[in-house]
Amino acid sequence: MRDSPLLALAAVFVPLSLLSVGGGQAVLADVHRQVVTDHHWLSEAQFLTDYLLSRMSPGPNSMIVMLIGHQVAGPLGAVVAVVGMFLPSSLLVYAVAHVWTRHAGAVWRVSVERGLAPIAAGLILATTLTLMQSMGGGWIAWVLAIAVAVGLLLFRLHPLLLIAAGAAAFLGLGLAGAM
Amino acid sequence: MTSRTPPPPTLSALALAFARISVASFGGGVSAWMMRELVHRRRWLTNEAFLADLAMAQALPGVNVVNLPLWIGYRLFGGLGALVCALAVIVPSAAVLAVLAVLVIPLQRFPQTGLAFAGAAAAAIGLSLATGFRAAQGVMARPAAAAVMGATFVAVGLLKLPMVPVLLVLAPASIALAHRGRPRA
Repeated sequence: MRDSPLLALAAVFVPLSLLSVGGGQAVLADVHRQVVTDHHWLSEAQFLTDYLLSRMSPGPNSMIVMLIGHQVAGPLGAVVAVVGMFLPSSLLVYAVAHVWTRHAGAVWRVSVERGLAPIAAGLILATTLTLMQSMGGGWIAWVLAIAVAVGLLLFRLHPLLLIAAGAAAFLGLGLAGAM
Repeated sequence: MTSRTPPPPTLSALALAFARISVASFGGGVSAWMMRELVHRRRWLTNEAFLADLAMAQALPGVNVVNLPLWIGYRLFGGLGALVCALAVIVPSAAVLAVLAVLVIPLQRFPQTGLAFAGAAAAAIGLSLATGFRAAQGVMARPAAAAVMGATFVAVGLLKLPMVPVLLVLAPASIALAHRGRPRA
């Protein structure tokens, strides 16, 4: 029982769930350390493939834990990893939300919300810049990202259309030998 | 106060919106998708209310884009709302990732797969950029808020300081500024 891979998975992800202040990206380095370096569950190349897939896939990037869990212990491993990563922090957020809504309309709460809003806006811009700096594809990627932003702000376009167009554009440039 | 917006009519409408985002947000930038859908398209939440929810989701432990639907779901529809909205994001995206893993891992041998991924990711970052621009427009109306937004961007985006200590300094300062400048009846 002590060697159960399911327990080992839970022992990795449950503490990280509660430590992931700042989002899933904040603990990704530690997930990598434990999964690749300490436990040797995945090779470096497998981890990188999982990382790219989960970044590409819709929804939370932290869903990488599902792929890791599946590779370690099959479908049940996938479930344990996802529950381990998402449930503990969700229970905590639930408890805070409960306390928070009991003070709805309080003067201090309105001030807290008005004070936090510009910080969230600054964080969106900061995260966007960091993502732009980490993009593959050089200046062409910057041109594409800015063109998509302008397109979305000026016209009523669906983002999925532009994302598919972005993939097609890079693919076309690659086949033409320009990238 | 900022202008009121009609809240989402039902929990199922809200959960459906989250579920759609959880299968459509290829390339990342999920909170940008959520802001676009809930604030700009459906107008269920004001710019400021959504950003306050997002800040709470970011400040607490956990994955931001799961915390956010959980928080909004609880605020609008109570405990059941929290559960349904969080699951509406987690379950569909887990299913899509499982399918993608089966389809894409054999394609990894081809360099074109990496190119297509990079192109999709760059376009998805364009969505984050557009959303950040809209969010900033809404904040710019108050000079104190604009200054806080600029300081956050410089500290985290340009200087690459870790987010948590930056929040611990800027959040109390920003809340105090908002409290002093609050509209009084």
